[in-house]
Amino acid sequence: MADLTTDFVGIKSPNPFWLASAPPTDKEYNVRRAFEAGWGGVVWKTLGEEGPPVVNVNGPRYGAIWGAERRLLGLNNIELITDRPLEVNLREIKAVKRDYPDRAVVVSLMVPCEEEAWKKILPLVEETGADGVELNFGCPHGMSERGMGSAVGQVPEYIEMVTRWVKQYSRMPCIVKLTPNITDIRKPAAAAHAGGADAVSLINTINSITGVDLDIFAPEPTIDGKGAHGGYCGPAVKPIALNMVAEIARSPEMRGLPISGIGGVTTWKDAAEFMALGAGNVQVCTAAMTYGFKIVQEMISGLSQFMDEKGLTSTSELVGRAVPNLSDWQHLNLNYITKAQIDQDLCISCGRCFAACEDTSHQAIAMSDDRVFTVKDEECVACNLCVNVCPVEDCITMVEMQPGQTDPRTGLTVQKDYANWTTHPNNPGAVKAAE
Amino acid sequence: MDPKMLSEGIVAGRRSAGQLAEAFDDLHPPLTEHEALVAADRCYFCHDAPCTVACPTDIDIPLFIRQIATGTPEAAARTILSQNILGGMCARVCPTETLCEEVCVRETAEGKPVLIGQLQRFATDTLMAADVHPFSRAASTGKRIAVVGAGPAGLACAHRLAMKGHDVVLYDARSKAGGLNEYGIAAYKSVDGFAQAEVDWLLKIGGITLENGKALGRELALEALRSEFDAVFLGVGLGGVNSLGVTGDEKDGVRDAVDFIADLRQATDLTALPVGRDVVVIGGGMTAVDAAVQAKLLGALNVTIVYRRGKDRMGASAFEQDLAASRGVRIITNAQPVAVHGNGSVREVEFAFTDDALTPTGQTFRLPADQLFRAIGQTLNGDGLPELDGRKIAITGAGRTSVAGVWAGGDCAAGGDDLTVTAVAEGRDAAEDIHAQLMK
Ligand SMILES: Cc1cc2nc3c(=O)[nH]c(=O)nc-3n(C[C@H](O)[C@H](O)[C@H](O)COP(=O)(O)OP(=O)(O)OC[C@H]3O[C@@H](n4cnc5c(N)ncnc54)[C@H](O)[C@@H]3O)c2cc1C
Ligand SMILES: Cc1cc2nc3c(=O)[nH]c(=O)nc-3n(C[C@H](O)[C@H](O)[C@H](O)COP(=O)(O)O)c2cc1C
Ligand code: SF4
Ligand code: SF4
Ligand code: SF4
Repeated sequence: MADLTTDFVGIKSPNPFWLASAPPTDKEYNVRRAFEAGWGGVVWKTLGEEGPPVVNVNGPRYGAIWGAERRLLGLNNIELITDRPLEVNLREIKAVKRDYPDRAVVVSLMVPCEEEAWKKILPLVEETGADGVELNFGCPHGMSERGMGSAVGQVPEYIEMVTRWVKQYSRMPCIVKLTPNITDIRKPAAAAHAGGADAVSLINTINSITGVDLDIFAPEPTIDGKGAHGGYCGPAVKPIALNMVAEIARSPEMRGLPISGIGGVTTWKDAAEFMALGAGNVQVCTAAMTYGFKIVQEMISGLSQFMDEKGLTSTSELVGRAVPNLSDWQHLNLNYITKAQIDQDLCISCGRCFAACEDTSHQAIAMSDDRVFTVKDEECVACNLCVNVCPVEDCITMVEMQPGQTDPRTGLTVQKDYANWTTHPNNPGAVKAAE
Repeated sequence: MDPKMLSEGIVAGRRSAGQLAEAFDDLHPPLTEHEALVAADRCYFCHDAPCTVACPTDIDIPLFIRQIATGTPEAAARTILSQNILGGMCARVCPTETLCEEVCVRETAEGKPVLIGQLQRFATDTLMAADVHPFSRAASTGKRIAVVGAGPAGLACAHRLAMKGHDVVLYDARSKAGGLNEYGIAAYKSVDGFAQAEVDWLLKIGGITLENGKALGRELALEALRSEFDAVFLGVGLGGVNSLGVTGDEKDGVRDAVDFIADLRQATDLTALPVGRDVVVIGGGMTAVDAAVQAKLLGALNVTIVYRRGKDRMGASAFEQDLAASRGVRIITNAQPVAVHGNGSVREVEFAFTDDALTPTGQTFRLPADQLFRAIGQTLNGDGLPELDGRKIAITGAGRTSVAGVWAGGDCAAGGDDLTVTAVAEGRDAAEDIHAQLMK
């Protein structure tokens, strides 16, 4: 069986599945049960300064959107950092780490943007025996109104400054957790890198309003008739998170900077995708909050099976494997031509492909009187929409045309050679091929 | 076993009130809101949906299911009722397994169709529970139309005409409106007096005067109606019943299945309704199954359906046949009656086995019977009707008969299946045609 152990910035864990800093890691009771269930590590729920802890709202703090069968697709929250006293958390962290020395225990921190505050808390954390710290520069609600969380994460200079303090006052590995509520994720990542961070983790939650109560005209979740924006996570945010992880992974200036991938990881497959795009491990929150700790068993068995099937013996062989294949649009091969093809044995004649292509694409699907659906190669531009709307998996596939064949849509012969936009005749800025 | 089950002859009280209430409960209990949402989620919102094509009244099924899925069952009900004003009854009685659900792409995909009928019931029940009648009448046209027969065909026709602004007089020979919805449909398909509640709700459109106890050929004559009204619609169904044509057919204990069912539907106390111990039903359609199943539910010990052709030729769908089997009804096929034996009352029925061409094979058998139901088809009753096509009223287009100004639809008109939903479609379409003619 494939070896799932990971070494992330020197922190070892039996598998790459960590619980993200959030309610699942808010106390000893949870974390012990998570470790018993098999999680490789945890990032403890974010700790704040010493003194009276923050308070949470006493009404609903979550909102959600659902897919078919009420499958939870996206979760929104307005929870703050831990609302339990610092010393209680520290005591529990110490006890858990002592009992589970083989598991990763990283402590998430958020204190005001003052050197003293950081200088004060770091030794207390170090004393617990925790494996590292994660700087929460991502929480987009509540704490950001107080100049913390994403208010820091949105200003690269602050990120760099705080990261330096942390490196200065502690010898623990330092992971900087980034907010996605920003235009170019490479800027804050580069700032963390410059400040000496050992790794970045991303994404934290995305600013969101999940819905509006149409009876009282207030955003949900609603507290006494009012709502505030929250942070969005769960399966719906995965595509955004994957892109941000990949942007950092392929940026030349941050080459080699370890990344902990977070955002919508729900199955082993999501985890494998994050890792292939450059994440050294993954962190999970919503999936655990939706299904409980047991899902890690599926993640472990699924990832091992996949790695065995691919002949990968350790997670490091998986990490970053898809990064070289992430390209810019302008470098995609315009001579690669495919056509949609419908497998008539699988087709159930629902007509969704027809409605989609006829009404909104290229009128490339024909429908016969007896509901047989076929692709008109002379119209199909290979957009893939029919594949995406077909309810039957693998019923419509994209079939590659071979060099020498004639594309019935354009009447042109399919070329064997690669050619992209940069040299295309329609491109005003095309680089002229050498004479 | 309860000794009452064993007593011979046609007797009442074979089962207790409690047992009967349970036996005659809703065949498909209504979906809860949660179940409806789960069921609605399975619909793919097909293009030019096969289910809609299969629906005789062309209900936009993907649209109404989407309306349920998005939390607006009332809007879903409007979508249904605008095509089929008896959408509530049809949701209960349509053989969906041979109509919309048979062609649902999820039947194709997984052998489990979207529960279209039950979703339709969820939507229409929601609207009717709110006591909303979602249609209103157009400005009065001053035209008056006679609709004869207040079954599904007549009701649908009358409602559509009233909506268009015409004044309708709706005549029916019986004391209650509803036709076979009230007197024929199996009790467990239409519980809690739904048929009457639906008629009352339908009449809320206004402009329809219901006159019960008025029969064409008795109080009414077609010629007189033609001169008094601007148009006439005939939806009289099939009032007569085919006879067996064998010796002994007239013995005591031999009855038309439809009469037994009508008695059952009208009974206020099922413990007082008598039924035989050994019941034989002759026929292979929905009526045969309904009579047999309900006889069994009433407490008959042995109930046997005997049909003269093969199982696959039975008018009752596979679902109905399975229902009968699951209630303990035995089905014998390829056998036809040759004689009814007994001294005054039926004691035994003698059958001859037949091949698929209905030729007797020479083998015979006898079944003990103290009650025998004829369910071998209904016929059109009455004289002075427009021209017939075979045994039903000949029509062209949307129900036009050979007599100018007279339309017909439902079971009494030629063509189409004898189903509630078909009758609704024909009544509705005739109304549109009448309207187009009168407003020319
Ligand atoms: C036992 C049984 C079970 C059935 N089960 C189902 C089922 O589960 N699903 C399904 O889809 N279909 C079923 N059907 C068929 C369905 O009931 C009929 O197709 C449908 O009712 C036909 O509607 P209609 O309006 O044409 O006729 P009917 O419903 O027969 O209505 C005719 C009306 O006209 C009246 N009438 C008759 N003669 C005269 C006259 N001379 N003057 C004035 N009024 C008159 C009658 O009193 C009656 O009210 C069943 C039929 C039977 C007999
Ligand atoms: C209720 C809730 C509370 C959270 N609290 C924190 C927190 O205290 N610190 C933090 O860094 N991230 C916090 N997060 C963000 C998660 O750690 C994680 O980054 C995010 O949910 C995306 O991962 P997911 O899609 O697996 O849920 C919280 C998320 C949720 C749902
Ligand atoms: S790939 Fe696009 S253009 Fe081609 S058939 Fe499918 S939807 Fe139409
Ligand atoms: S969407 Fe898929 S299943 Fe539906 S008709 Fe098209 S190819 Fe067939
Ligand atoms: S055929 Fe089935 S899945 Fe398609 S629209 Fe009709 S009910 Fe929905």
